[in-house]
Amino acid sequence: MPATPPTHTGISRRTLLQGTAGVAGLAAAGLSAHPAKAAKDLVAGFIYVGPKDDYGYNQAHAEAAAMLKKMPGIKVVEEEKVPETDDVSKTMESMIKLDGATLLFPTSFGYFDPYMLKTAAKYKDIQFRHCGGLWTDKNPMNTGSYFGYIGMCQYLNGIAAAHATKTKKIGFIAAKPIPQVLININSFALGARSVDPSITTTVIFTGEWSMPVKEAEAANSLADQGIDVLTCHVDGPKVIMETAERRGIYACGYHADQSKLAPKGYLTGAEWNWITVYKQFIADEQGAKPLPNFVRGGLAQNFVKMSPFGPALSEAGRKNVTAVKAEIVKGGFAVFKGPMKDNKGNVVIPAGKSYPETAVELESQNYLVEGVNGAIA
Amino acid sequence: MSGSIATVLLAMLAGSLRVSTPFLFVSLGECLTEKSGRINLGNEGVLVLGAMVAYATSYETGSPWAGVAAAALAGLLLGGLHGEVCSLAKVNDVAMGIAIMLAGTGIAFFFGKPYVQPSATLLPGIPFGFWSASPQVRNALLVCPLFLVGIAAAIGLHWCFNATRAGLRIRIVGDSQDAALALGLPIDRTRFIATACGSALAGIGGAFLSLYYPGSWNEGLSSGQGLMAVALVVFSRWNPINCIYASLLFGAAGALGPSLQTVGITWGYYLFYAAPYVVTLVVLIITARGGRSLRGMPGQLSIGR
Repeated sequence: MPATPPTHTGISRRTLLQGTAGVAGLAAAGLSAHPAKAAKDLVAGFIYVGPKDDYGYNQAHAEAAAMLKKMPGIKVVEEEKVPETDDVSKTMESMIKLDGATLLFPTSFGYFDPYMLKTAAKYKDIQFRHCGGLWTDKNPMNTGSYFGYIGMCQYLNGIAAAHATKTKKIGFIAAKPIPQVLININSFALGARSVDPSITTTVIFTGEWSMPVKEAEAANSLADQGIDVLTCHVDGPKVIMETAERRGIYACGYHADQSKLAPKGYLTGAEWNWITVYKQFIADEQGAKPLPNFVRGGLAQNFVKMSPFGPALSEAGRKNVTAVKAEIVKGGFAVFKGPMKDNKGNVVIPAGKSYPETAVELESQNYLVEGVNGAIA
Repeated sequence: MSGSIATVLLAMLAGSLRVSTPFLFVSLGECLTEKSGRINLGNEGVLVLGAMVAYATSYETGSPWAGVAAAALAGLLLGGLHGEVCSLAKVNDVAMGIAIMLAGTGIAFFFGKPYVQPSATLLPGIPFGFWSASPQVRNALLVCPLFLVGIAAAIGLHWCFNATRAGLRIRIVGDSQDAALALGLPIDRTRFIATACGSALAGIGGAFLSLYYPGSWNEGLSSGQGLMAVALVVFSRWNPINCIYASLLFGAAGALGPSLQTVGITWGYYLFYAAPYVVTLVVLIITARGGRSLRGMPGQLSIGR
């Protein structure tokens, strides 16, 4: 805030807020009189469900937000560890009213309904974009969602894992059996099987997005079973990567770059690259263009990326990953193509059918493919 | 199939050795505090604070044992605060314990922020599995020295309660305030010392979490181990030796969920994750039948009065 508000006694919080907002508006008007100084800074608010340095989901968003902070004409406000309850509505309101945010990114899945939708209905000239795939055209037009096809990166993880495994057994530690997680498990297994069809993938569901002791226990049980490459889909993969390294097995990262946690065994990793998405939204907002409501992208659009190769990945493995990645970037590459069976022997994709990353059918995936040891329920 | 059973049993053994230590320390600490007639629900906060302090100290000094000592000291201070405030007139120890719990986690999260990312030096394990060629057995028997310290502390505490003057005094203060007054025992001071030392033990339990298993500091590290330990004390009937068994059983039951999934038993994993709590309930019901529920409970505990 540019000016100190009047501090005489008896002033209510509401008048105080209006007062400061008025002063801020005046200051902004004053600034716009000098076009060389650029217009009022765009204020973008980021809300994270966990700590923003969790080596995982939240860090991936916070890293992008940190890059935005360095760009001119934009101010970033952040709040971490906001639970998926009415708390997030309060956070959004305070970002709008106190910080003057006009573009909000509530990044956690559970923020969408009802918290973001209700707040969006109340503040119609504020733009809300939610990370996940939940937006439909029935939702308010000042809301929207964005997501990346990270399953493709897990497919590449699977290829790297196949080149590293000696026991032909690889493992996946998953939080909950929802479609986005299942796509990742299946893509990882299919990537490995594209190199060597005899490879099996064992999956353990922990039931929680963040539960370090249980994740470490899962990693140890998998290692005890002779599994020698691990990857995961939990919010903070730190403990899993460290446990894999301590057990002397390989690991493929997820969400963010975890190579520092497993300098010997880290093969590569599936990472988000949210800065691409955020830059697009912000460019549209600054150019006074309408913001898109439904944004998706994969490796080709630079929405997701791979971690740099670790020292444990062989030359053949690197070449294979790089070649398949080039195929994916060309477009039209389908990981899920018929004939394909699930791990109970049922045909889930008939021969001749294939689903590229953009196919909506994938978003209701409810099976584990052949070669995966595990069950959803 | 027999191979799978062996795998699950080995995983449960390994799990009980790995997961039980924080439960053991917190339940021993709680046992000591409750023997003096006071409840400390704040040990959950002490556990989290201990984990953070241990990790930070180990990272800054490079010595994990300095971390353990710092965690014990942090526990001693926080427990001392609880002990001191509870000795004031009309202070409810349950309510104060919840305040201590929230304060401990809050302080730990606030000062622990810069230590989420760096990797600290961890405690070494003692390879009791050196005789085996199987890496599974070797890993299962890689035991943290703190686990042995915990066993020793339990035996020591048991001996102290039953064979020493100090132990007798703690028990008198905890069992009958009138008797303690008649004997001229310093009630408040005894309880203060028991609470502070109990929390120091809980702090060491936290050091185990961040410096051995899972061996990293973050804000989701404790999943209620400190609170579960309060139940474990009831479960073990305020007997330090039983605390060892209760913690081992709880750890083994906790390892059931992941290990069953690795050998291919994939149905109902939510159910198996609930195993530790189911075991607790079953044992409590069995041991409490016939109106023996209060056996062993210190007479002055506020929940029993």
